[in-house]
Amino acid sequence: MGRNDLARHCLGRRPTVSSTGELRHTALDALHRSLGATMTDFAGWDMPLRYGSERDEHLAVRTKAGLFDLSHMGEITVTGPQAAALLDFALVGNIGGVKPGRARYTMICRADGGILDDLIVYRLGETEYMVVANASNAQVVLDALTERAAGFDAEVRDDRDAYALLAVQGPESPGILKSLTDADLDGLKYYAGLPGTVAGVPALIARTGYTGEDGFELFVKPEHAVELWQALTKAGEGVGLVPCGLSCRDTLRLEAGMPLYGHELTTSLTPFDAGLGRVVKFEKEGDFVGREALREAAARAESQPPRVLVGLVAEGRRVPRAGYAVVAGGEVIGEVTSGAPSPTLGKPVAMAYVDPAHAAPGTSGVGVDIRGSHEPYEVVALPFYKRQK
Amino acid sequence: MSNPKELRYSKEHEWLSAAEDGVSTVGITEHAANALGDVVFVQLPEVGDTVSAGETCGELESTKSVSDLYSPVSGEITEVNEDVVNDPALVNSAPFAGGWLFKVRVSDEPGDLLSADEYTAFSAG
Repeated sequence: MGRNDLARHCLGRRPTVSSTGELRHTALDALHRSLGATMTDFAGWDMPLRYGSERDEHLAVRTKAGLFDLSHMGEITVTGPQAAALLDFALVGNIGGVKPGRARYTMICRADGGILDDLIVYRLGETEYMVVANASNAQVVLDALTERAAGFDAEVRDDRDAYALLAVQGPESPGILKSLTDADLDGLKYYAGLPGTVAGVPALIARTGYTGEDGFELFVKPEHAVELWQALTKAGEGVGLVPCGLSCRDTLRLEAGMPLYGHELTTSLTPFDAGLGRVVKFEKEGDFVGREALREAAARAESQPPRVLVGLVAEGRRVPRAGYAVVAGGEVIGEVTSGAPSPTLGKPVAMAYVDPAHAAPGTSGVGVDIRGSHEPYEVVALPFYKRQK
Repeated sequence: MSNPKELRYSKEHEWLSAAEDGVSTVGITEHAANALGDVVFVQLPEVGDTVSAGETCGELESTKSVSDLYSPVSGEITEVNEDVVNDPALVNSAPFAGGWLFKVRVSDEPGDLLSADEYTAFSAG
């Protein structure tokens, strides 16, 4: 064991926001410590990595329920008569077409088509939206939206400090939440959100998540976070709810084939390069930032496809890590973007960008260079795991 | 967590048992196992290999990281724990018992191995 290895974790290549070295703490910080969490620096926030075994936390979300603190995510409110028009110009999705009470997965790109961040946008009312950015990109997104708002009758507000975010994920999560709220959860569809009260705490209740399971994300005032966490913990006692850290959130999203900014998504890739061209809505009215470059990227992806994002499943037990080379016949044919032991499959899995010639599921002879040794991997279609509905 | 008094410890977070017929058992500490998280893969030296104190002789892979395994002493490997190769989770569940890693016929050991109390203070600091 190397001493320095103990502090080393591979949660990501995300740049940290904090340049002073001082970490930010969520409203639940003392609670995490009282639960014995192992904490980690994540995008400048001191966040729970895990409370006990990350494998047990992962499996609890797949079979029962898990409770997450996601207060590091960046909330930005956009309001005003032209809020929809601003977001249609600033983002690649059709935001004006989102009905109040619904949410949309989308991206914000540069003029050259490079991805600045992937986002979830909730339409809270006719003229009010909440944009949720990744913690590592929240400032970048805030700055871009503010700049792009020039000339629009709309206000862009930094609400990062206005919210704590708790997520309850897993098959038992609807039952747990129902015991604490009168809100119509049965009427709340996937990718929808409504204001309500949970355990007496005012919350925006959203049926979203990043785990591949049914679940809810609860946006509340920071001063209510501890009270809500404790109420959810108590409500979940009988059905196996456990607190979960960011480590299992990463393996859950990886199994579900969901991209992570800084890994599958970067400024050097367009949505088409990432296999997510469907989020770009050329048919929407008016211009939007990146339209021209993305048109070209779409055409390029069709005629001369770049590398393709695929799934890899190990035959052995060695774990591929982000940045490791994918090889075939002694040649480098791609690069791993995320890799981890999959608790559900019982084998290491990875997402990787590979040359199209090796991208078809079942392609043989593909391996990953794991610190000098070429370990065999099977090319599969993503996701690795899909929940039975 | 308590570190067994009868063992000695390296600053690389390995433990070393007292030698029996010149052979000591090596594992990683509970502190190290907790810091790593769930161990999913263990690569150990082979029986007959010669290892050197402070040098890499294998690796431990967990969900989030991969760490080199160092030998706290120099000598020849006499046995490796196949149970832990087949079930790496033993490193987490029983780091001082069933999760031991290898046995080594000690030819030389560095002078800076720690007592249990010294290691407890070291790993807390």
